[in-house]
Amino acid sequence: MSEKVLMKGNEAIAEAAILAGCRHYFGYPITPQTEIAAYMAKKMPKIGGCFLQAESEIAAINMVYGVAGAGKRVMTSSSSPGISLKSEGLSYLAGSDLPALVVNVQRGGPGLGGIQPSQSDYFQATKGGGHGDYKMIVLAPSSVQEMASLTVKGFDLADKYRMTAMILADGTTGQMMEPVNLSEVEVQHYEKPWAVTGTKMERPHNIVNSLFLEPEELEKNNFARFERYKQIEENEVMVEEYLMDDAELCVVAFGIAARVSKNAINEARKKGIKVGLIRPITLWPFPKKTLLAAAEHVKQFISVELNMGQMVEDIELATRCKRPVTLCNRTGGMIPSPAQVLAAIEEADKGGQA
Amino acid sequence: MMNQILIAGFGGQGVLFAGKFLANKGLIEDKQVSWLPSYGPEMRGGTANCSVIVGDEPVGSPIVNEPNTLVAMNLPSLKKYENAVVPGGLILVDSSLIAAKVERDDVRVCYVPATELAKNAGFSTLANMILMGKLLKESEDMSFEHTEDALKKVIPARKMNLLDVNLQALKTGYELAE
Amino acid sequence: MVVFEKPKSLCDVPLHYCPGCTHGIIHRLVAEAIDELGIEGKTIGVAPVGCAVMAYNYFNCDMVEAAHGRAPAVATGIKRADPENIVFSYQGDGDLASIGTAETVHAATRNENITVIFVNNAIYGMTGGQMAPTTLPGQVTQTSPYGRDVNHCGYPVKISEMLSQLEGPEYIERVAVNNVKNIRAAKKAIKKAFQNQVEGKGFSLIEVISSCPTNWGLSPEKALQWLEENMIPYYPLGVYKDRTAQKEAEAK
Repeated sequence: MSEKVLMKGNEAIAEAAILAGCRHYFGYPITPQTEIAAYMAKKMPKIGGCFLQAESEIAAINMVYGVAGAGKRVMTSSSSPGISLKSEGLSYLAGSDLPALVVNVQRGGPGLGGIQPSQSDYFQATKGGGHGDYKMIVLAPSSVQEMASLTVKGFDLADKYRMTAMILADGTTGQMMEPVNLSEVEVQHYEKPWAVTGTKMERPHNIVNSLFLEPEELEKNNFARFERYKQIEENEVMVEEYLMDDAELCVVAFGIAARVSKNAINEARKKGIKVGLIRPITLWPFPKKTLLAAAEHVKQFISVELNMGQMVEDIELATRCKRPVTLCNRTGGMIPSPAQVLAAIEEADKGGQA
Repeated sequence: MMNQILIAGFGGQGVLFAGKFLANKGLIEDKQVSWLPSYGPEMRGGTANCSVIVGDEPVGSPIVNEPNTLVAMNLPSLKKYENAVVPGGLILVDSSLIAAKVERDDVRVCYVPATELAKNAGFSTLANMILMGKLLKESEDMSFEHTEDALKKVIPARKMNLLDVNLQALKTGYELAE
Repeated sequence: MVVFEKPKSLCDVPLHYCPGCTHGIIHRLVAEAIDELGIEGKTIGVAPVGCAVMAYNYFNCDMVEAAHGRAPAVATGIKRADPENIVFSYQGDGDLASIGTAETVHAATRNENITVIFVNNAIYGMTGGQMAPTTLPGQVTQTSPYGRDVNHCGYPVKISEMLSQLEGPEYIERVAVNNVKNIRAAKKAIKKAFQNQVEGKGFSLIEVISSCPTNWGLSPEKALQWLEENMIPYYPLGVYKDRTAQKEAEAK
């Protein structure tokens, strides 16, 4: 029988990564995700893995690039300012079609910002923080269990599609403890004939590269990559719908914001307000179809976010602006309370736009 | 029933440990639980608090904005959170450290001289667990069962020699006169 | 009887380097070392951003193209992924001594078991001749048109001297490829740098003083002369660090 243990979200990510077969971790200390590095530092040497504290976030992501190129599962983790530094490497990973798992336990920004929870790297994660035409698979856990399961999923998707999967968590989900069941991990294995493992004089040399000086060739690669992205949009969307069957109002929220919203929705239901929740679990690919379908029967969407409303435009695009989308938010490390979300729901119910 | 507990005090008073104890006890009892610390740039000193939710339904937000139970281990914490407690809720006050009284009359209050009791009993760092003992006693959906198992989950292996005193501190709190 | 042929570890393709550039010589020396040690099948090279950016097309072993300055970090990853493999980076002065200084210093101080070939020609070649971290005082470049003013933009970075102060690295040597004698010495150093890795000794860096006729505005021949008269006095050749030799000397 599987046993549930209490774990911090950050530790659950680290343990799940190990269970997923990741034996290489590179990182640089930054709050509020340092538990991941600490966990890896403790565990990796005992299981023949490699934990290395890099001299910078930039070095860490490039070490990731090296291991990924060599065809092994590898990860790094950081928090917002550190992810900005890693963005160069994220672009190179994309350009070289390398699989990797990158964790962002978000804190408030811009700049050095703060160390309290935030979701203000939504744009950076979903639109590509680095240069060039590329996407990352962006997974948004809202529980410690999901911190673990989406980490495993992230490694699989990264290998399957040869790209970066990012866990977009926040300080709350990273720091909180909840029961988690880690025994149900089923690891997928993917062949990597493109990896630089040494030719052993048996095959032509492999080249891991993102430089294509012929524009025709670069264009061809980009088109091919976006064909893959299309498949991902078709096949890999993950979304939770909560009390949506009869909903007339729809809260859209991910991560910690979705949990706060559930409390508010339960309260609103007690007051007879027909409100539900759509929780994107993949932020890219974004659950466009689910939202468009909801636009047929809800009269308003309320986006609950820990930022200045970065997801609002994705909801508007997905629903083709059929219904108004309002914003209920806090930022800078603040978290909306259930009461604030409830007020926004009640306002929407009255027909006003909160 | 969802018990929303907020434990607050100075860093170093064992606020987070006390919360972990409650969360693990809940887990052993097959309840839904969450534990969330406040975190800051300082490693020691400063204020510390943690949200613990123990109940029968899935935990929504892990942040306790409106506690059923507040455990106040210093004056700033009492002042800050007293008014957040839901009417009919419970406030436990370490009266060795807090001279002030709770001003509300719509909540239950237990004044426990936890720090003094701990000192007199020879385990001066365990005021937190005396308060937890009292909390187990005063909360209608809690009991003294599984305390030892829960302690075993939260005390690090190399400090397991402290199991007995922790248990003693819990008992001290649990068996206090009304 | 064949007395001279292309090393097997070099692909049979034309190189894109300018006429008179010494990159070709250095590529050859690296390939010869790989051939002679019989390690091509397990060698992985890391190309820089700079003139040697397309080195991945020239070496026959598996190759990775790194971001600007990050080659030592990428090489670290590849080596850690499979420590049995032989990993080298091939970097210019802008890549290694400017934007990638941190990666260089830290790979060295970790004694990362990799081989670094550092080509120092005192200029940014690929972008058209800008001032490099190793540009000499007074040297005219596109971005130091009045000569490098050390009061304004500081002094050249002496990588071999700097890294040799660290406890970590195994082997640091500076060589040049301006004449036959120096080329032979360079070959010996490069081979040793690979041999050290094969033996698990750790981080070896060979700084190769090189010329850039195009951006120096000199004929290939004049460029080699300029190198000898200006660069070698500023960047003296020799072994800067050899930990094994040091240990042996101490033991005696």
